[in-house]
Amino acid sequence: MKKLLLASTMLAGLTGAAFADGHEVKMGIILGFTGPIESLTPDMAAAAELAMKEASDSKKLLDGKVVVPVRGDSTCTDSAAATAAAERLITSDNVVGIMGADCSGVTTAIANNVGVPNGVTMVSPSATSPALTTIEDKGFFFRTSPSDARQGQVLADILKDKGISKVAVTYTNNDYGKGLADSFAAAFKSNGGEITISAAHEDGKADYSAEVGALAAAGADHLAVFGYVDQGGKGIIQTSLDTGAFENFILADGMIGDSLIAAIGDDLNGTIGTLPGSESEGAAKFKEVATAGGLKKNDGPFMPESYDAAALMILAMQAAGSTDRAAIQSKIMEVANAPGEKILPGELGKALDILKSGGAVDYEGASNVTFSEVGEAAGSYKELEVKAGKFETIKVR
Amino acid sequence: MIDTINAFVLFANFVLVPGLAYGAQLALGALGITLLYGVLRFANFAHGDTMAFGTMVVILFTWFFQQNGITIAPLPTALLAIPIGVALTAAVALATDRLVYKHYREIKAVPIRMVMASVGVMFVMNGVVRFIIGPNDQSFADGLRFLITARDFKKATGLNEGLAIKMSQALTVGVAVLLVVALFWFLNRTRTGKSMRAFSDNEDLALLSGISPARVVAVTWIIAAGLATIAGTLYGIDKSFKPFTYFQLLLPMFAAAIVGGVGNPVGAILGGFVIAFSEVTVTYAYKKFLTYLVPTEYAPDGLVQLLSTDYKFAVSFIILVVVLLIRPTGLMKGKVI
Repeated sequence: MKKLLLASTMLAGLTGAAFADGHEVKMGIILGFTGPIESLTPDMAAAAELAMKEASDSKKLLDGKVVVPVRGDSTCTDSAAATAAAERLITSDNVVGIMGADCSGVTTAIANNVGVPNGVTMVSPSATSPALTTIEDKGFFFRTSPSDARQGQVLADILKDKGISKVAVTYTNNDYGKGLADSFAAAFKSNGGEITISAAHEDGKADYSAEVGALAAAGADHLAVFGYVDQGGKGIIQTSLDTGAFENFILADGMIGDSLIAAIGDDLNGTIGTLPGSESEGAAKFKEVATAGGLKKNDGPFMPESYDAAALMILAMQAAGSTDRAAIQSKIMEVANAPGEKILPGELGKALDILKSGGAVDYEGASNVTFSEVGEAAGSYKELEVKAGKFETIKVR
Repeated sequence: MIDTINAFVLFANFVLVPGLAYGAQLALGALGITLLYGVLRFANFAHGDTMAFGTMVVILFTWFFQQNGITIAPLPTALLAIPIGVALTAAVALATDRLVYKHYREIKAVPIRMVMASVGVMFVMNGVVRFIIGPNDQSFADGLRFLITARDFKKATGLNEGLAIKMSQALTVGVAVLLVVALFWFLNRTRTGKSMRAFSDNEDLALLSGISPARVVAVTWIIAAGLATIAGTLYGIDKSFKPFTYFQLLLPMFAAAIVGGVGNPVGAILGGFVIAFSEVTVTYAYKKFLTYLVPTEYAPDGLVQLLSTDYKFAVSFIILVVVLLIRPTGLMKGKVI
């Protein structure tokens, strides 16, 4: 008994020493580490943590504070689990802001249930549903990825340029899929295109032959898949190719990932898609920074946006001169938009200096961040095409 | 004429071939449920997860074989692992019987208590499978993927429509036919099979004529576990393995067993195909099919789809309810092997 007591006192002493450090600032990272985009999220989190490390290592953040990431699992689909994870980060880990969440449905749930009520700033790198533009966020929700209202338009324009006027659409049955399918349908129709069928699919099924049968019966040569790369979207494409129903695919951001090419193979060549991002100076710079920082990948879906989301909160902290949650929220817009000196990835130390001396910064970051008045990126998209087993950027729109 | 052939090929590609394979998988699953019901007189809710367990064992050994370079291309390696899967699953089924069901049999518990016990077993199995192999998709199919691809079919015949037949589909139907023939031979021609039927028909009379109940029960579990493992493996090769989808298969399998007539093996097979084909035909969009058949001016504008594919699972529910209301004994008279 005595020994046990001694051991636990020692343990308490140890952990106390680690946590009582006033130089720590905790920042939450809520992404779907399990679930339908689990192959993307580790790289996204790594990108966000890279920004935190960069700021910490510069020793310039609020006179040498260290940003410590705390990860939470959004599961991407289960709102209850995501809310619980966010609740834990906010109330027990006491994070100053949250970089996340990732999928639109869980992001809405977290913002409505815990983020906004607790006055915690959330910057999502990848929630793209148009519905998030109008949620009651009291100014606490931001996103570095553009709304799908824009992606739908871009996709429609690409198809118009390619002379494709008839497509079948299938979307994952949630806020993201439905929102994107609707915005694409509106844009495509106003461009003079015809959508032969627009059908939802459920994720996590073993068999998609019935869904593909219905899609193929509607009579179009191209299939637009607005789903998730590790889930139903992959199943739909595999079944389409197996049955010879479709050979040409159009993908949105949730479907872009190397795991898709690894699973499907050469049949995917010629597939076109869109992904938020740009070929700007910032994007190139991000690749350098990521490589130098020892990340596994230097260019993946939503990695630049994740880096930017974390960087913005750090800069806002410096601009506010405090780690207070409300103070961070009040400064985000200011550091994200003009006027001020343009800041690219890898220049966080410089930005912190400028802010400390009372100057202004205009954070461009890896994804060309400029927030609209509701706090979301206006967004540029990369037009991608699968060539010889790789996603290649054709141009930026 | 060519249009009629096109229409038929289209129908075969999207309805007939997948329906046949899915029907065969359901039929094998339903056969296990029906046998257990016939002999042990309770509905085994753990059957879907027994399938998952058996398939998991097969997958683990398939990986082992693949790593050691033992394959039987063009056939999938999983076929080699099936006997091991069947043996282990049968052992687990027998152990479960000894630990759980035997007690309820001895105290002559009412069937509903056995059913509830099987729900418990279901959750335990469910957890064990997830604990060992994880909740995610696993792929273990290898060997030749297609007997004929849609593209090759189009090239060979010059038709507009392609017909794809996957190796896994042909294999499923072939194995199912073999198994069913073997099972019926066993039930009708062998001593053990006959004693099973006698036991199922009238337990007391069977006991009086010297049939050992322990032996009958054990043989039934072994057969049910074998059928579950093989059905699960075929389903996994054809589609994909994920513990949750196997749990979901319970509904269509039960629907198949009940529609066919619980306890009746022929009924289970019939039921499997009825459920499979209703799921596929009701949710298929017939627009293109009809466009081939009718003169151009009558070609339909709409999709001609009875139900959206979202409601696929609802179809088995509806059939189940209708059969229970109108013909509770099922299509073939049930309750006796």
